Amino acid sequence: MRLADRLARPVFVAIVALVLAFVTLPSLVVVVVAFGDKSIMMFPPDAWSLRWFERALTYPDFRKGMVNGLYISAWASLLAVAVGTMGAYAIDRFRFRGSALLESLLLSPLVIPHFTLGVGLLILASGLGLSRGYAVVVLCHLILVVPFVMRSVYVSLKNIDPMLERAAASLGARPLTVFLRIHLPLLAPGLAGGWLFAFILSFNEFTATLFVTNNTTQTLPVAMYNYVREYADPTMAALSALLIGITALFLVVANRFLGLDRILSIGSHR
Amino acid sequence: MAIDGRRPTLLPWFIAPAALVAMLLVASLAMLFQYSFRAHLPGTLDVGGFTLDNFQDLGKWLYLRVFIDSLVISAWTAGLSLLLGYPLALALVRCRSPWLKAAILIAVIIPMFTGDIVRTYSWLIVLGTRGFINGSLLGLGVIDAPIPLLFTTTAVVVALVQYSLPVIVVILSAAISHIDSDYEKAAASLGAGPLSVLWNVTLPLSMPGILSGTVTIFAWTMSAFATPQLVGGGKVNMVSNMVYHLGFASFNFPFAAVLSMVSLLLIMMVLALLGLWLRRLERRGFAG
Repeated sequence: MRLADRLARPVFVAIVALVLAFVTLPSLVVVVVAFGDKSIMMFPPDAWSLRWFERALTYPDFRKGMVNGLYISAWASLLAVAVGTMGAYAIDRFRFRGSALLESLLLSPLVIPHFTLGVGLLILASGLGLSRGYAVVVLCHLILVVPFVMRSVYVSLKNIDPMLERAAASLGARPLTVFLRIHLPLLAPGLAGGWLFAFILSFNEFTATLFVTNNTTQTLPVAMYNYVREYADPTMAALSALLIGITALFLVVANRFLGLDRILSIGSHR
Repeated sequence: MAIDGRRPTLLPWFIAPAALVAMLLVASLAMLFQYSFRAHLPGTLDVGGFTLDNFQDLGKWLYLRVFIDSLVISAWTAGLSLLLGYPLALALVRCRSPWLKAAILIAVIIPMFTGDIVRTYSWLIVLGTRGFINGSLLGLGVIDAPIPLLFTTTAVVVALVQYSLPVIVVILSAAISHIDSDYEKAAASLGAGPLSVLWNVTLPLSMPGILSGTVTIFAWTMSAFATPQLVGGGKVNMVSNMVYHLGFASFNFPFAAVLSMVSLLLIMMVLALLGLWLRRLERRGFAG
C-alpha cells in the first residue's frame, strides 16, 4: 500500500472531526455564554449565574412570542395536514385536469425565497384591506409547510400495498370508503411525522414571518430578532441554549423511536 | 391510480382546499408582479400609476452590486459546503457503529431544527469582539486587541456554510448510500487503494448528489436573510436585506417587489439548469 493510502484513514477521521467541531462549536459556545453573570455577553464568562435563564423565561415579548408562535403554528400545521393530505392524495391517486399544475404550485414554496413570499403576501393583504392579523401569518405559514406534509404523504402512499385498495374496491368499497378505512389508518404514522415537521418549521420560520407580523402578532423568532438588535446581554444566549437543549432531546427521542437515518433515507445500501 | 378509472364524486372536495392555497400563493406573486410596475410615492404606502421606472433603477450600481455580492456569497457557500459536507456524508454512510452514526447525524442536523435566529445569534457570540474567537486568542496572548471579525463577507460565508451543512449532508448521504458498494469492493479487489477508490469510483458515482446538493445550497443561499442581516450587520447586504430595507425603511414596496421578482427568476433559472444537467447525467447512465 502506498503511503498516501495508509495515511488516508487517519486524515479522513481528522477531517470529519474538524468539520463536526465546526458544526457544533456555535451551539456549545452559546450554552457556555448563557451561564455567564455579566450583563454583557463575553467568552469565557468570568462569573456564573442562572439569572439570564430567568429573564429569558419571564421577558414579556418572549412569552407573548411563544404563545403567538404556538397558536399560529398549531393552526398552520393542522390546516397543512388537512389540506396537504387531501391534495396529495387526490393528485397521487386520481387523474384530473390541472393536477400537475396544482402539484407544482403547492410544492413551489420549497424554492421560492421566503422574503419574496413575505413581501407578496404583505402587498396582497394590504391590497385587500386586511390588517396584519393572525390570519395572514397562519396563511403564510400554511403555504410554506404544505409541501412538507405532501412529501410525507407521497412517501407513505408509496409504501402502501396497492393490493389492499384493489381488494377493497373489488369487494364493492367506494373510493371514499377506501380512503377512510384503508388509506387514512395506514397513512396515520406518516402524517404524524409530517405534522410534527410542519409544526417545528412553522414555529421556527423567521424571514417570511418578519414581513407579515406586527408588534401584536410577532412570533418567538421575530421577538428574538428584535431583542438582539436592542440588547447585548446573554438573555438570548440563555433562550438559545434552552431551544438547543429541547431540540437535541427531541432528536435523540425521534432517533430512538423512529430512526432518523430511515426518515432521511440515508441508511447504507445493503 | 384509481381502480377501473372510477372518479369519486367527492374528488372536488379533496382538491378545493389545496386549490385555494395554491391560488393564495399565485395571488401573492401576482400582486408582487403588479407592484413592480407601479410608481413609488415617497413617504406613503400607496402606489401611483403604471411605470417602467423601477426596472431602470435595477441598472444602478448600488443594486447591481447587491446582486453580484449575493451571487458571490452563494457560490462560495455552495462550494465550501460541498467541500466540508462530503467527508461528513461519507462518514455518516460508511460508519459501522450505529451509536456513532446517530451521534454524528444529530450533531449535524440540530442547527436545522433550531431555526435561523438561534443559529445566526450563535455566530454573533463566536465572532463578536468579546466572543469565542477573540476571547480565546486574547486569553492565549496571541493578540493584544480584539480583531474585527463580524460584519465581513467572510463571516457571513462562514455562518452560511454552517447553516447549509445539514442540508447538503442529507442530500449527499442519500446519494452516497445509493451507490452499490459492490463497485467499490470490485475496485479494491483489483488493487485500487482507498484514495483511488474514492476518486475513481465513489466520487463519480455520487455526481448527481454532488450536483443537486451544490446547486440547492446555491439557490437556498440566494434567499438567505437572517444570517446576512445579523452577521453582515448592514455592511454585507444580500438581495433579501435590500428588500427588507426598501420595504420597511423607505416604504418603497414597488422596488422591493422588483428585487424580489428578479431574485425569484434567478433562482428558478439556476434550478432549471440543474434539472437539465441532471437529465444529461441520467442519460449517460447515472442513476438519479
